Amino acid sequence: MSDLIKLSNVTKNYRRSKEEINIFTGLNLTIPKGDFVAIMGPSGSGKTTLLNLLGGTDRCDRGEIVFDGEHIEAYSEGQLAAWRARNVGFVFQFYNLMPVLNAAQNVELPLMLTSLPIKKRRENVATALKIVDLSDRAKHRPKELSGGQQQRVAIARAIVSDPKLLLCDEPTGDLDRASANEILSTLQLLNRELGKTIIMVTHDPEAARFATRTLHLDKGHFVEAIS
Amino acid sequence: MTDFDLVRKNLFRKPLRTVLLIVSIFMAFLIFGLLASFNVTLENASVAGSASNRLVVANKINFTQPLPIAYVSRVATVDGVTAISHYSWFGAYFQDQRKSRFIGFAVDPDTYTRVFADTIKLPETERRAFVAERTGVLVGKSVADQYGWKVGQTVPISSNVWVKADGGRSWDMKIMGIFTGAKPADPTNAIYLHYDYLNETRTFGRDQIGNIAIVTASPDLNDRVAKTIDAAFANSPYETSTVDEKTFSRAFIKQAGDINVIITLVVAAAFAAILMIVGTTLVSAVRERTKEIGVMKTLGFSGPRVLRMVLGESMLLSVLGAGLGLGVAALALAALSKSPLASNFGDISMAPLVVVAGISLAVLLGLVTGAVPAITALRMSIVDALGRK
Repeated sequence: MSDLIKLSNVTKNYRRSKEEINIFTGLNLTIPKGDFVAIMGPSGSGKTTLLNLLGGTDRCDRGEIVFDGEHIEAYSEGQLAAWRARNVGFVFQFYNLMPVLNAAQNVELPLMLTSLPIKKRRENVATALKIVDLSDRAKHRPKELSGGQQQRVAIARAIVSDPKLLLCDEPTGDLDRASANEILSTLQLLNRELGKTIIMVTHDPEAARFATRTLHLDKGHFVEAIS
Repeated sequence: MTDFDLVRKNLFRKPLRTVLLIVSIFMAFLIFGLLASFNVTLENASVAGSASNRLVVANKINFTQPLPIAYVSRVATVDGVTAISHYSWFGAYFQDQRKSRFIGFAVDPDTYTRVFADTIKLPETERRAFVAERTGVLVGKSVADQYGWKVGQTVPISSNVWVKADGGRSWDMKIMGIFTGAKPADPTNAIYLHYDYLNETRTFGRDQIGNIAIVTASPDLNDRVAKTIDAAFANSPYETSTVDEKTFSRAFIKQAGDINVIITLVVAAAFAAILMIVGTTLVSAVRERTKEIGVMKTLGFSGPRVLRMVLGESMLLSVLGAGLGLGVAALALAALSKSPLASNFGDISMAPLVVVAGISLAVLLGLVTGAVPAITALRMSIVDALGRK
């Protein structure tokens, strides 16, 4: 498998008040295409920051981040936004759906950034909702859906524009076990059947079992790898 | 779904709040639409029928103070004066002075109808009949329509200024003609009676007149003629002030105060209040959506696009409120134009200038109220918006 993402010597610091906090120094990571990686680690270990860097929602101070041959660390804000729209789907812990939009409209949001005709957009939205088994809830607003259903809408939104990479930040952190397993099964399906590369941050070892491998992050360093 | 759909849905996410904001903007634009239209109407009415080569001679103290009628013949001899007439305020009303007042002047019938032939339109036979009949009166069409008066009818018209020797205030006048305005803006809520008829029967103010109207050979002569007239009567008990007709009309309107300044202040106060209310509400509305804006940016919506959407909300809000306000103002003006009051002013309607100014104000209001939240949204970093550090 060829590499989808390669981080080389990445350094990241945050400034809080007058204090500078180091998150990573010289971090290296390679994610092959089609991988399903779980990233675990204690709070403050840098999991979310790593996800931010991989998703182009934050910038590293030094080092290189290469995505499918593109050096995204050199991109402007506008270029990064366009790159995210093309290549990355995001799934958040608390779903982050727009309360004023129904499920189908929430799923359609990323397609507003494409030049697809309306008919094609509707087809893609219907397909995405079908994949997450929520076709019958297309017209429902988020408040009319359960937590698990909302997360499935969020997954449909993440995959509707057919991105190469799915970034999931504690996707089951707010769900009961049964709903969590449904979500994780869906992610597994997306990885196995559709070949999506998935990077999932989680605290839950049960969730991590659905991934093909797990990376442990502690104080900005990968401390072990479990296949 | 389009950006506009998203803007619309976000704007109406709290319908009560949005409706209240629209109502407040609506009120500001209703006030603006009515007052600005009223101002334009007054301005048009004040200069309607004004001729560039017509001057008005008035008492220097105030145009309400009289001039001796002997001045007419002296002014007529000034070089450059080609025609002259005079007119005096009658204070006309029919039966009930609170409800049925109209403009009334006692005039020299022959010269007045010639000097003002460009604003008083009537058949020559009626004009001659009016000149020939001492108790004759010319009635404007809107007055005639209001009271159902016809040519040949004798009507008692009263004055709230003059009193007859018998103590009465009513003069019987025979309608000799009904005039219309030469242009739609020319008011026809007026009557003209013979000065002699009034002068002979009134108990005070004999041989005095209100103003003198003169026509000059050319507008280029106006300044010289005005200065000559005013110099001729300088240091006399009745000093004069001679100005062109437009200046005189504007001064007449300003007797009620500088309406333009009053309107500007009222509208400015209303808009300042709206700016504060809408501005702070939109700032807090966008702050409530910090996380959603972060999500949109995460999905790939660029900063400028998010800025446009937030500005779109404030613009839509402003345009809705302004559109309703200006629309209702236009309807109210249309209704007012059909009332008897309207004939005092000529054409009462929302002038295109007011519509253009209203739209410009709406756009400006939308931009100003949306600027702070839009720039906040533009600058918002995804990491901060989502609290993901």
